[in-house]
Amino acid sequence: MKARVIVSFKDEVLDPQGLTIKNALHSLGYKFIKDVRQGKVFDIEIDGISVEDARKYLQEIADKVLANPVIEKFHWEIIEK
Amino acid sequence: MKFGVVIFPGSNCDYDTYYVLKEVLNQDTIFLWHKDHDLKGVDAIILPGGFSYGDYLRTGAIAKFSPLMREVKEFALKGGLVLGICNGFQILLEMGLLPGAMLRNKNLKFLCQFVYLRVENPDTPFTKLCKKHQVLKIPIAHFDGNYYAPPEIMEKLKRNNQIVLRYSTSKGEITEEANVNGSMENIAGIINEKGNVMGLMPHPERASEKILGSEDGQYIFKSMINSWIK
Amino acid sequence: MDKRILEQHNLTEEEYRGIVDILGREPNLTELGIFSVMWSEHCSYKSSKIYLKNLPTTGKHVIQGPGENAGVIDIGDGLAVVFKIESHNHPSYIEPYQGAATGVGGILRDIFTMGARPIAVLDSLRFGPLDNPKNRVIMEGVISGIAGYGNSIGVPTVGGETYFNQCYSQNPLVNVCCIGIAPKNRIFYARAKGKGNPVLYVGAKTGRDGIHGATMASAEFDEDLEEKRPNVQVGDPFKEKLLLEACLEVMKKDLIVGIQDMGAAGLTCSTSEMADKANSGIEIDLDLVPKREEGMNSYEIMLSESQERMLLVAKADKEEEVKKIFKKWDLDAITIGRVTDTGRLIVKEKGRVVVDIPVRGIVRDCPVYRRPVKQPSYLREVNYLEIPEVPNDLNTTFLKLLSSPTIADKEWIFRQYDHMVQINTVLLPGADATVLRIKGTKKALAGTVDGNSLYTYLNPKVGAKIAVAEACRNLACVGAKPLGVTNCLNFGNPEKPEIMWQFKEVVEGMGEACRFFGIPVTGGNVSFYNETMGSAVYPTPVLGIVGLIEDISKIMSPGFKEKGDYILLLGKNNEEIGGTEYLKTIFSQERGIPPEINLEFEKQIQDFCFELIDKRLINSAHDVSEGGLAVCLAECCFMSEKKLGIEVSLEDDIRPVALLFGETQSRIIISASPSDIDKIEKLASKRGIPCQVIGRVREDKFIIKQKGEELINLSIEKIYSSWKQAIPNYFKLSEE
Repeated sequence: MKARVIVSFKDEVLDPQGLTIKNALHSLGYKFIKDVRQGKVFDIEIDGISVEDARKYLQEIADKVLANPVIEKFHWEIIEK
Repeated sequence: MKFGVVIFPGSNCDYDTYYVLKEVLNQDTIFLWHKDHDLKGVDAIILPGGFSYGDYLRTGAIAKFSPLMREVKEFALKGGLVLGICNGFQILLEMGLLPGAMLRNKNLKFLCQFVYLRVENPDTPFTKLCKKHQVLKIPIAHFDGNYYAPPEIMEKLKRNNQIVLRYSTSKGEITEEANVNGSMENIAGIINEKGNVMGLMPHPERASEKILGSEDGQYIFKSMINSWIK
Repeated sequence: MDKRILEQHNLTEEEYRGIVDILGREPNLTELGIFSVMWSEHCSYKSSKIYLKNLPTTGKHVIQGPGENAGVIDIGDGLAVVFKIESHNHPSYIEPYQGAATGVGGILRDIFTMGARPIAVLDSLRFGPLDNPKNRVIMEGVISGIAGYGNSIGVPTVGGETYFNQCYSQNPLVNVCCIGIAPKNRIFYARAKGKGNPVLYVGAKTGRDGIHGATMASAEFDEDLEEKRPNVQVGDPFKEKLLLEACLEVMKKDLIVGIQDMGAAGLTCSTSEMADKANSGIEIDLDLVPKREEGMNSYEIMLSESQERMLLVAKADKEEEVKKIFKKWDLDAITIGRVTDTGRLIVKEKGRVVVDIPVRGIVRDCPVYRRPVKQPSYLREVNYLEIPEVPNDLNTTFLKLLSSPTIADKEWIFRQYDHMVQINTVLLPGADATVLRIKGTKKALAGTVDGNSLYTYLNPKVGAKIAVAEACRNLACVGAKPLGVTNCLNFGNPEKPEIMWQFKEVVEGMGEACRFFGIPVTGGNVSFYNETMGSAVYPTPVLGIVGLIEDISKIMSPGFKEKGDYILLLGKNNEEIGGTEYLKTIFSQERGIPPEINLEFEKQIQDFCFELIDKRLINSAHDVSEGGLAVCLAECCFMSEKKLGIEVSLEDDIRPVALLFGETQSRIIISASPSDIDKIEKLASKRGIPCQVIGRVREDKFIIKQKGEELINLSIEKIYSSWKQAIPNYFKLSEE
């Protein structure tokens, strides 16, 4: 089973890296870019548990380890069963 | 007074801190190994600077799961003195012993330089030998020292006088330019509500000998010693 | 063997016949790969050997000269300094961040492999002009890479030099020098001693990264290979930090007999060199080698250049203890073979012998070339200089020179490096040399990396002598005596006679100067083929010199200290303008003949400077180099804590631009309290040293006069901001 967790800054937190990328894109002529937020992607391989359990643990892992809830939000999905 | 300096894999200011406590300030100092479950009777714990676990994932994010951290947390909750320097500060934030989080420096570069810090709160065990608004010269060296806290937490920090050190000019002015990493409210160091756990981004151990350009870092360590003797 | 395969492995037919002779049969592909990397220019020094052997390598305090991972010199108090410089030019061009990062990782391993704890890194960097965005990208990547690796592992990057020139536009140079300290009686060597001793593999797993020639050759011998792998290694400073601590712990407990890092040519180089140096043999089983990817064949495993790996030979009865220590640091140590006494490298895979080669054949029997040399024709052209008209406004010229990236302030670079960790850094970056205290002693180490390739381009031999002289002068300015040299020689394609001629001249000049100063060359690195699309870098020798300060209370720094102090010049101002930064920056001319160098005179000046520091008679010392006297004086102001100024009056009868911006060698600017001037002048006349008071330290203004006429008159603030802002200005856009 394969899962993907995406972690990114909460909307209210300033993301200096995303801002820099946006500015760079603007200077390259892509003026239509309105905003860029940079995040992290975790591709996770899971073995030996049920899909239900996987869902439970993914939520737990993302919340407890992969994201820092003070500044980050996360989103996960199972991409391959 | 007996100090314990915790070694995580990737700590790199562990020996520097040990050296200053032991050789410069002549304190009984030992190392604590992150895999142990024994604080060996220390009176204060220091989480040193460095790149624990390579700073992979997030700064300090993996170190908080080290076995010894269970004891450190207990020690802190019972009122023991805990000081987190740089990466140690980041670990305390991740553990929830201090509020807030660290973002990348505003210029997106690692910054190593001397900075000036204004003492905002001299009524802590870590700054009691300082005067209010005294200016300390101590270096920083970090990539993620841009302090962030949501508004309600920031309110609380201010209300409870938990902001201990702020980046300032050499004359003690709190300016945007002095705020090298972009921290909210120029925050360089904070303390918990109870007043026994402090984190700061600057490295007092790098400014504790004249030959290295400043001895102001000694104020922090000596305050700890002083408050323990009482 | 197929001609095409030989070509892909960069082996000539003659070299191939040599291989067949050594083996007494045709090699298989894995064996061919092994020979090709070990006989490559990079590993074998086949083109450079005949010249390098003439360098002085011995001295009273030398514990280990060239031939090991790094040089070792006794510094007393039971300690030894271990140091080495290495290039990572090509990888840094392909992938600036990882190229530079793994360059740092590699040189650090060279140092701790010898049993030393690395205490400092210095780097010498060369980039193309910054107005080209591509060069800015390379520079940013290289600097972040050095910072990313060095900061994480906790070894301070304390100094170095950065030059800019068109010739480095597609050939950036990244030379990294590392200094370590070890107990003198606990130095470790790359030797596989003792038949039956276990050979252990520690550190990262082996992947397909950096396999030399494997990509193009793989189609013929591995149909399963799915995709072509990039030739770039990725560094893991965290793993290396664990390796460093674990290795030093194992060494302290005296559990191993030999150790070698797996750098270039990975397992191949480490196994064969360790066996060769101990006159033994080695046998390993590839099935036991930890692999990161599936389906790797013997060719790939033997040639992989995956980072953060070490090979060590343990004492037979200490195998388990060694493994326990690595386990403590979350690292696997795996026994992959044994030491034998057969003189052969035997590699097994799935029970079959896939490699069987006499180690001597791979390590020592590589052909040595005396390649043809020819003086290049460009020299006659560029040595001719038609002196350009003197600019009207010397103030503007001076400001322009101060903001030339080669001269401008480098804080933008070094504040990205943690230069203070380990709390030994006494002089911060920017001084003539870095100074590191040695805890537990009264002593300090000084280090510098140097080399002006404009001089070597215009006259390789003179340029090389100047490089040595200037590096030693830098040490003299902080109060250190040179101990030893490590060098990194960056050149174009050695198969071109003109390049080989440059190389020969540079090595001769360097050898002459090192012999003269009595400093041994204890190791180094040659980097050829720094050439893109037929255009080579200027011959660029970089000298890394380490010196000793016996009494740390006597160190000297370049910045002026007090208003009212006298400014003195040691040495003479000559009318020399060729090869200067002034001509390059103001007139885009890289021409003329470089300044002369008289080694005898140079030594007298350095000794005198050292004597003044030793007698505590002066308050600052700074050597005159790129940009000449005016820039040197300005730097002394910038590095004063109070941003002091000067008023200087010169009486020399030479043209103003030569006086201000000429780069005559063997000059040092010192400052002293008024009460010490008498003593200094008396001492100078006793020693026969040209030493004259040229002005005084003041506030606010920067004034230089010649025979009463003002040449430069500017506010300190103005010249400071030109110098300070130049490099950050180039990068402003990306920081907005």
